[in-house]
Amino acid sequence: MFRNQYDTDITTWSPAGRLHQVEYAMEAVKQGSACVGLKSNTLVVIGSLKRSPHAELSSYQKKLAKIDDHIGFGIAGLASDGRVLIKNARTQAINHKYTYDTPISVQRLVLQISDKSQVSTQRSSKRPYGVGLLISGYDEQTGTHLFQTEPSGNYYEYKAIAIGARSQSARTYFEKNYQTFEEADEETLILHALRALKGTTGDNVELTSKNASISIVGKDRKYKLIEEEQLEPYLAKLEENAAATTEQQPAEQQDDVDEEMVQ
Amino acid sequence: MSMDNFGLYKLMHEDAPKNNNPLLEQPTLAKTHTTDPIVTGTSVLAIKFNGGVAIAADTLASYGSMARFRDIERLKSFGKYTIVGASGEYSDFQYIEEQVKQSLIDRDYQLDDGRSTTPREIYQYLVRVLYNRRNKFDPLYNVLVIAGYENGKAFLGQTDYLGTHFEDVTLATGYGSYIAQPILRKFYSEKNGNITEQEAKDILKKCLTVLFYRDARAADKVQIAVINDQGPKIDEPIKLETQWTFKGF
Repeated sequence: MFRNQYDTDITTWSPAGRLHQVEYAMEAVKQGSACVGLKSNTLVVIGSLKRSPHAELSSYQKKLAKIDDHIGFGIAGLASDGRVLIKNARTQAINHKYTYDTPISVQRLVLQISDKSQVSTQRSSKRPYGVGLLISGYDEQTGTHLFQTEPSGNYYEYKAIAIGARSQSARTYFEKNYQTFEEADEETLILHALRALKGTTGDNVELTSKNASISIVGKDRKYKLIEEEQLEPYLAKLEENAAATTEQQPAEQQDDVDEEMVQ
Repeated sequence: MSMDNFGLYKLMHEDAPKNNNPLLEQPTLAKTHTTDPIVTGTSVLAIKFNGGVAIAADTLASYGSMARFRDIERLKSFGKYTIVGASGEYSDFQYIEEQVKQSLIDRDYQLDDGRSTTPREIYQYLVRVLYNRRNKFDPLYNVLVIAGYENGKAFLGQTDYLGTHFEDVTLATGYGSYIAQPILRKFYSEKNGNITEQEAKDILKKCLTVLFYRDARAADKVQIAVINDQGPKIDEPIKLETQWTFKGF
């Protein structure tokens, strides 16, 4: 992306009808490590690929967050911006529980978070959040939901989706397989998520129990995070089934990015 | 009930000894809150049955001991799944109905996301509103019964102007809590909770009749409403049959 005279102020239009600062924020999402999500009729799974500044010495940046027993977030982009939205969502969830004694509706939480993002595209004193979210949720009245939000304030609902660096290969994988997701069980969904994630790791990076993590929400169950040694059995199964895996498209070309900033 | 809780009338009256306290010369400038209800409804009764909840109240709003408004509705439907019945200050109930419809029910239509506010949500919201107003020492002077049926589950709960709240399988407010509640509880336990819609309506009607005999603020014009998987249904008012020829009367 090239600099031009219309990109220093968030709220100034370019003659082509674009808001460059908002588009740069969307670029930050594309450069964050990938997040994938998919759902069945009863479960929603989010998988994330984590980065570490120094693989051996430091911990990995956490990218999956529990908002409530029935809602999970996955982030791609600036992790610190993500934390702000996570904190806001948790506050809304707990306030809803206090006022109404029921779990907050996923759709309505997504709407509020997206409205919050939209505000920062229209005020000169702000900047857009440099983070994209995958939001998984279960609702008693309307069932499972998987949403994607953008820094622009747009949000979309999906059966399966992936965001972040090299996520095109994961989306292609989902497009080939999504028809079987509706009736799939927990293990099948997790393996699909891991298989989709595997295509986003890039050259010379293996998918391991250190850099991958999975979260699940769904009907009659509480938010569950699967990582570290709990993820090992699933990764082992992935190896076993490797031969049967559908062929995947080559990974997208990747821009040079400051990996310490963008998680 | 006294309208002059602090005895100001006596102090201000011409014949009363003059007091030099300047505060007493302009008592109306002080901020006042509702300390007594003015126009009031009496008992609300409700009982769960197989596949729903029945709720009943008479149609009278009294002004003190005067039967002032004889054809008002004290049972209102709140959205697709809930009926709320109110005892106590009728204007406060009208205010509550308006607020809840605006902030909860209308919002369901505005968002159009396939969700409808549930009985439990309305119940808990009302509890919070009433408790909040009590903490401002400006209570909404009601005892509310919230009856609902949603997702195959019946809901029945009560809250009052202090924010006290509880759920039960049978409920009765006001005089009804002394007179009707024991009848309803006995009926419910004898039937082991296995009650048809018609049986529920019949026992409520019987309790309303007993209340009409014993509660001087009760009327013989009543409404019985049912909430089940068909949604809320509030019947037109009916007249209770009474028998006044007993020797004791």
